[in-house]
Amino acid sequence: MKFALPVIFGLLTVALLAVGAVHPSSTAPASSPEGAVQAMLANVQGHDWKDAYSYISPSSNVDLQDFVKDLNGRDGSLRTYSSLESFTTRPLHENDNQATVRTETKYSTAVGAFYDTRDLNVVKDNGQWKIVWAGEKTPTVPPQVIPVNYLRWDVIWRGAGDDWGSQNVENPHVRILSMNPVSQASGLSIMGEVENEDTVPAFVSVAATLVGKNGQDLGTESSFDRTSHVLLPKEISPYRIDFPGIKLTEVQSARMKPDSMLVPASADPVIGVMHQRIEKDAKGRSVLQGDLLNESGQIVNIPHVLATFYDNSGKVIWVSDGYVDHALLPQTPQGFAVSLSDDLAAKVHSYRVTVNQYSRDWQD
Amino acid sequence: MRKVALITLLILTCWFASDWARAADLKIPHNAVAGESLTLATSGSGDATLILVGPGEVVKRSIRLGEDVQIKPEELRHAGRWIAIVRGGSGPQSQAFWVSPGKPDQLSFLARPSRVPVNRPGVISGVAFVFDKNRNLVPQPTPVEFSLSVGGSGAKQSVKSSNGIAWVKSSSARKAGAAQFVASAGDASVRRVVQQVASDPCNLRMKVEQKSKDHVVLVTDPIRDCTGNPVPDGTIVTFIETDKTGKSVVDARIKKGIARAEMPASENANVTIAAGVVLGNELHIGGGE
Repeated sequence: MKFALPVIFGLLTVALLAVGAVHPSSTAPASSPEGAVQAMLANVQGHDWKDAYSYISPSSNVDLQDFVKDLNGRDGSLRTYSSLESFTTRPLHENDNQATVRTETKYSTAVGAFYDTRDLNVVKDNGQWKIVWAGEKTPTVPPQVIPVNYLRWDVIWRGAGDDWGSQNVENPHVRILSMNPVSQASGLSIMGEVENEDTVPAFVSVAATLVGKNGQDLGTESSFDRTSHVLLPKEISPYRIDFPGIKLTEVQSARMKPDSMLVPASADPVIGVMHQRIEKDAKGRSVLQGDLLNESGQIVNIPHVLATFYDNSGKVIWVSDGYVDHALLPQTPQGFAVSLSDDLAAKVHSYRVTVNQYSRDWQD
Repeated sequence: MRKVALITLLILTCWFASDWARAADLKIPHNAVAGESLTLATSGSGDATLILVGPGEVVKRSIRLGEDVQIKPEELRHAGRWIAIVRGGSGPQSQAFWVSPGKPDQLSFLARPSRVPVNRPGVISGVAFVFDKNRNLVPQPTPVEFSLSVGGSGAKQSVKSSNGIAWVKSSSARKAGAAQFVASAGDASVRRVVQQVASDPCNLRMKVEQKSKDHVVLVTDPIRDCTGNPVPDGTIVTFIETDKTGKSVVDARIKKGIARAEMPASENANVTIAAGVVLGNELHIGGGE
């Protein structure tokens, strides 16, 4: 009897160790279509690409390398600098052999969260639920030579040994073409357009200071990344400056401060914005979408889309922006979408999309 | 006897006073010029110390009273009010004098702006400051010649300086280019570059250069401003095509004087063109032009 307790505790310990050692395999067959999608995404989250790939149906005709590139990005795109933070799944329809599961993924990136919605087909394959992965089709551009006349501005600045009367090269002249304050629940936004009216490239930033009813400064903000900073001659960029928590009724006036600096710049690449239109997306939200076309011969890694919306009097009523998580390959259209509220969509009469670009090769 | 003693005492006092006064006597020329040598005459006898205090400069020298003192040109570089102090055995004495600037020798030239659109009245200003070789401002009226020329043609203007400053205002030329803006006075000459650049595009026109099943290539005529200067390469020209599929926009850059854009082909589209706030012609593609 005196050995009973130690034996019991010993057996209990062994049992607990056994229970602890047994955990569901990350490649365990999924019992439901949603389970298969969840297991695949959980493996993606842990960068366990092989296990994630084990949930892909062979009928998808996609190899592991392409599957990884689809999820982890390629060509130095924004997706390559991101990681899957969270996801939700929802079965849209299901029968014994086939189902459709909607996934909403949230990627964390250097420029903020990035959301993606995708409807995945799931099929039963040898008694196991597998995902039919529609791999990204990257059209191959036929071998060709794209002639580019490189155009670049270099600047000779004033030297330390120059006479005090020797003038430095002047900063570019920029002009604010329009300015419109818009009040929202979250605060006040000032938006409009700025033009580089000079003949040299300019690094432009627009700041605004709000002045209260008693003449006191309420705050100063700048447009940060809701503008194109490098403007070529005669280029027009939208800007939007947000003042969270401030109401329009508190403001007497605003002091605008456009700053410009002469910078060396390149005139390439040219990115066309094709087939722009406002439509409803899969969730029924209004989006401005279209295709970006890189007309140059080199890859643009991270495109940044700026959309300006005008009312029927030509006034800027909203400026929206969004990053595209795919690189722009030469001569290859790449879709983009910028969301706008339904209220705003009803007021929009016209719009204009401009593209910033961040590229390793171009900036080197 | 008492009277004689008083007279003798008075004579001695006067003699001592006159001797003391002669010891500190300095004779400074009225026409002292910066950068030129200066001779100071002293009277009296014995050793003394001469101290010259000027704008940003101090000279200290041991001298022998009764001899002339030579001040070297490099010791007298700054124009302005100077003070000469002699410290001898009979106490210090000081005297102020003025040193005037030398001959005009150097110019400082401010030309504004460094870049200006062509054909604008009164937009270029040039201000010249006249200095002597020691960088003293020369207040005497001095003729300064300003010339502004682009590609060999230009204008000259002569202006007399006032209080050391001469200035002109000028219009930009009708021809674009790097204008040479030169100010000269005597042998001194300073050159600045004022870049005269084309103004906004004028009469912006495009046409269809090439049409295929998938795309249409649009090209502009050579883009010039209203005075005929080519608008610089790199200037943005925006092509906007609107059809039933939406709006397509290409911000093309002027290269070799023209802008070119490849737009999607369409059966029925309107194409407009703009550079900055300047609009160009409109084209209709498909369904008859």
